[in-house]
Amino acid sequence: METVNKNLSTPLITVRNLKKYFPIQRGFLRRLVGYVRAVDDVNLEIEERETLGLVGESGSGKSTLGRTMIRLYDPTDGQILFRDGDRIVNLTELQGEELRKFRRNMQIIFQDPFSSLNERMTVLENVGDPLLINGLVSSRHELVERVIEVLQQVGLRREDIRRYPHSFSGGQRQRICIARALVLKPKFIVCDEPVSALDVSIQAQILNLLKELQEEFGITYLFISHDISVVRYMADRIAVMYAGRLVEVAPRDELLSHPLHPYTEALLSAVPRTVTGRRKGRAILTGDPPDPANLPSGCVFHVRCRYAKDICKEEQPSLKSISSNHYVSCHLAEVLELKGIGVYS
Amino acid sequence: MNLELTERVLEVSNLKTYFYLDIGVVKAVDGVDFTVDRGKTLGIIGESGCGKSVTVHTIMRLIQSPPGKIVDGSIKLYRFRENNLDIIEITKLDPKGKEMRDIRGKEIGMVFQEPMTAFSPMYTIGDQIIEAILTHENITKQEARERTIEFLRRVGIPRPERTIDTYPFQLSGGMRQRAMIAMALSCYPRLLIADEPTTAVDVTVQAQILDLLQELQEEMKLAIIFITHNLAVVSEIADEIAVMYLGKIVEFGSKEEIFNHPLHPYTVALFRSIPKVEGKLERLVPIHGNVPSSYQIPEGCSFHPRCENAIRGVCDVTSPELIDVGSGHKVRCLIYQKVEV
Repeated sequence: METVNKNLSTPLITVRNLKKYFPIQRGFLRRLVGYVRAVDDVNLEIEERETLGLVGESGSGKSTLGRTMIRLYDPTDGQILFRDGDRIVNLTELQGEELRKFRRNMQIIFQDPFSSLNERMTVLENVGDPLLINGLVSSRHELVERVIEVLQQVGLRREDIRRYPHSFSGGQRQRICIARALVLKPKFIVCDEPVSALDVSIQAQILNLLKELQEEFGITYLFISHDISVVRYMADRIAVMYAGRLVEVAPRDELLSHPLHPYTEALLSAVPRTVTGRRKGRAILTGDPPDPANLPSGCVFHVRCRYAKDICKEEQPSLKSISSNHYVSCHLAEVLELKGIGVYS
Repeated sequence: MNLELTERVLEVSNLKTYFYLDIGVVKAVDGVDFTVDRGKTLGIIGESGCGKSVTVHTIMRLIQSPPGKIVDGSIKLYRFRENNLDIIEITKLDPKGKEMRDIRGKEIGMVFQEPMTAFSPMYTIGDQIIEAILTHENITKQEARERTIEFLRRVGIPRPERTIDTYPFQLSGGMRQRAMIAMALSCYPRLLIADEPTTAVDVTVQAQILDLLQELQEEMKLAIIFITHNLAVVSEIADEIAVMYLGKIVEFGSKEEIFNHPLHPYTVALFRSIPKVEGKLERLVPIHGNVPSSYQIPEGCSFHPRCENAIRGVCDVTSPELIDVGSGHKVRCLIYQKVEV
């Protein structure tokens, strides 16, 4: 289904009630015994040229959300609307050839540049394959020229096209992955922990590169990371995920300095800072995240929440707007005074 | 007896561990000096390949030989037994001999990065901790079991009477790391070596582990060597910090000195290249280039090809010494050496 929408101020991506459940099968007959609710009723919007940072603990569903948004996984329910020029494409309804054609608009960069490149293919093949698959080049000469152009954009050299991935360092491999994502000129890129596997002195190179490419080509990012300082550097807005749900979404500085969800507060207090002297009581969060196959009733966070009241056990809060642009899913959001981090731009 | 000496736990001087491989010699640790005292934490930071892990593996004599070899230097362990001070030269011991086996676990405990691979998957947590205790102490199995439960409780594992009989895979990553700490401390060592203990866990769990290590340190007056690549983590836990680059300590000092007045161009560049969660948001300045391959360590100062302040004809020729610039702050850089001369 495609609807015409002339309103250009609509977000590039709108996610409505998105769910991704994975079935749990047991035994010889693969009997269905339940579902892992990896992404559960997520609503969000991303504006064009914006970076939305997505943070949360491992297992919170960050990667599943990112992958479902670009249809690497088929959603269980919900809608993903993608604005393409002045039409709105419902990604959830695209199938087969239509979906394949549309994929060039959205790409992904993975965490580990050692496992996400084909070791038996040269850089030219790794980066150039998407062009061939999509039939975007008419000659080998054009292919080579386009690959060289994109390699230079990510800081690699013309000669590198003939080399194999094993002869590059981690940082350079990640540049190859970025080149491969970039070669189709996508509008939207999911960056799934793109610097977590890299050495500290290399991380800044890649982060700055991603920022420069965004400026130059007007790309929109979903930037997934467990490292809040990295997300702070990259994101315009930050979304916090817990047990498959978004618990808070707000502009970057607002979320860091004035968190409204107790989980965000706990997460921020745990972030290591450069401190002098000794800091105590970093861990205000005890216990482990819940089993996504067996979520608690009411608010998913109530078992670990130090402010939890009776209502939290019974009723599931929904993500609602507290002030302009600040969304939180907590019954007590208006009452609590939470502690953030001192930040300024 | 000299009070300073009784507080001392470990003294490493001019330690060199090389690996002799077919393609060349890797000088993984190339002249490292430091001391560790009771109740204090030494943080060692550096990127992968800087030799921080090889340094502590050498202290534990866990380096496989061949190809690894301690080429030079000494590691002195200060051991107390019945009010007698022994100074043991670890480099002289047989890595497989009884003396070294007595030290591992008993004098020095170690916590590794990935507790899933550090524990055997075939035995319960309890079996493995009890075995460690019985290896070193002459007590009954029942007593060892009781002590294990006590330690599991102390590191914050819920229902330790039951957890003691679980297998490592049944625990979450955070709980496994706590069990690992319980095992490392079960024989009351004076020194704990923690090799990237929080790298594989979430920030929330990392905060719990850091809190726990600090509490245990105060209780047991532990000396800790804490290895990490994360500057913020090291600032949370260390008293003194050694910054390593390509097998050498390039800067050493108290945490306050290192963070407030970093001197070595590598340390300065590292601080500017890392995003901060607090304060003003500044554009990151990357360190250009890559960490060179360990087979081809640059001549002169090994950081010179990536250094903004490098002076041609000087830094690429002369190897700088680690010099003291006052108040125990040491730096290995010709800029400061020149001032001295």
